[in-house]
Amino acid sequence: MNINLTLFAQMIAFAVFVGFCMKYVWPPIVNALAERKTKIAEGLAAAERGHQSKALGEQRALELMKDAKAAAAEIVGQAQKRATEIVEEAKGDARAEGGRLVASAQAEIDRETNRAREELRERVASLAVAAAEKILQKEIDVAAHRSLVDSFAKQL
Amino acid sequence: MSSSEALTSQGYIQHHLTNLTLGVHPEHGFGFAHSSAEAADMGFWAINVDTMFFSILLGGLFIWFFRGVAERITAGVPGTAQNFVEWIVDFVEENVRGSFSARNPMVAPLALTIFAWVFMMNLMDLLPVDLLPYLFGQFLAVFGADPHHVFLRVVPTTDPNATFGMALMVFFLVLYYSVKIKGVGGFLGELTLQPFGKWGMPANLLLEGISLLSKPLSLALRLFGNMYAGEMIFILIALLYGGGVVLNLTGGLLQFVWAVFHILIITLQAFIFMVLTIVYLDMAHQEHH
Repeated sequence: MNINLTLFAQMIAFAVFVGFCMKYVWPPIVNALAERKTKIAEGLAAAERGHQSKALGEQRALELMKDAKAAAAEIVGQAQKRATEIVEEAKGDARAEGGRLVASAQAEIDRETNRAREELRERVASLAVAAAEKILQKEIDVAAHRSLVDSFAKQL
Repeated sequence: MSSSEALTSQGYIQHHLTNLTLGVHPEHGFGFAHSSAEAADMGFWAINVDTMFFSILLGGLFIWFFRGVAERITAGVPGTAQNFVEWIVDFVEENVRGSFSARNPMVAPLALTIFAWVFMMNLMDLLPVDLLPYLFGQFLAVFGADPHHVFLRVVPTTDPNATFGMALMVFFLVLYYSVKIKGVGGFLGELTLQPFGKWGMPANLLLEGISLLSKPLSLALRLFGNMYAGEMIFILIALLYGGGVVLNLTGGLLQFVWAVFHILIITLQAFIFMVLTIVYLDMAHQEHH
């Protein structure tokens, strides 16, 4: 219970403990606490940003889907139009081809008719000549009467 | 003193209130005091070995534990020990932030050291009063010492040397920062020129001087008084164990009740010492006008 040298020894011990605490104990703990505080703040901010970008992404996805639907509808419309066009084209082609075929057949028929008519004419001419020969029963100069017969045959 | 002294109530109390004092006795020379009278005769050039031992042991324990946590501290998920340390550090920092408006990196560690150290020293009070002194006496008896002349006080804060030691250091810090922040003139002006203006200088000096000197005194005596009284009550309760069954049971009940109440006191005293230190240093940092 006496005040003695212990007083000074205690003061020194106290100073040493405070000094040590100030140098080696307090700073690392407080730094760690501050670091954790910033970490948590960053984490919260990141979560907030994540929420925002998620909402943004959802909106964007909706927009993209809408665009895609519109594009698909357009493509289908165009395809239908094109199909109709192709069918029309094919119809036109077929009609033209049919017309051509008919025309060429007609030409062939005409040609054949002409040929048959020519042949018939020749036959008739020679038949007429032969008939004339027979009818006249006499020598006739074939060459002299030929042109006469030909002109006759042409009138057929 | 004779060994029969320890058998009386007065002797028992006296025994518990005497420090293990090492010093030079005018008659017996250098050595441990064998009685409180001898300890008093040693005068100033003696040292209370028990106070020094327990205070340094507990302070070292505090530093060792906190340093261990500080070395492995992580800003990630804290472990149990780190959680505990952070809780205390947070508590101290909050108090410093609340009461200390200037910027000084020394105040918070100082407050933490005071709180933890004083709390641990006070906590020794909750050990049964006779436990460590008895064991120590029996231990020294092996070497031939008389246990009745072996003293041991396990609560350093019941020794005014310990409380005054801390309070004086705080007082010196108050003086140092007062002069550093306000200058010698500013500090002297604060002591002499208020509250009555320069014509009331003697009255000012008297008032301010008393208020300045009362700071370390109140710090040291408050802690010492509380702990000393608490210790004394434990000792008085322990006297009841000398009686019959009824007294023994009463003593046991009283000791339990007082110990529970004392948990509040030791925490409160550590807290008060810390907060007053912060407040005094804050006042030292502030210009008054």
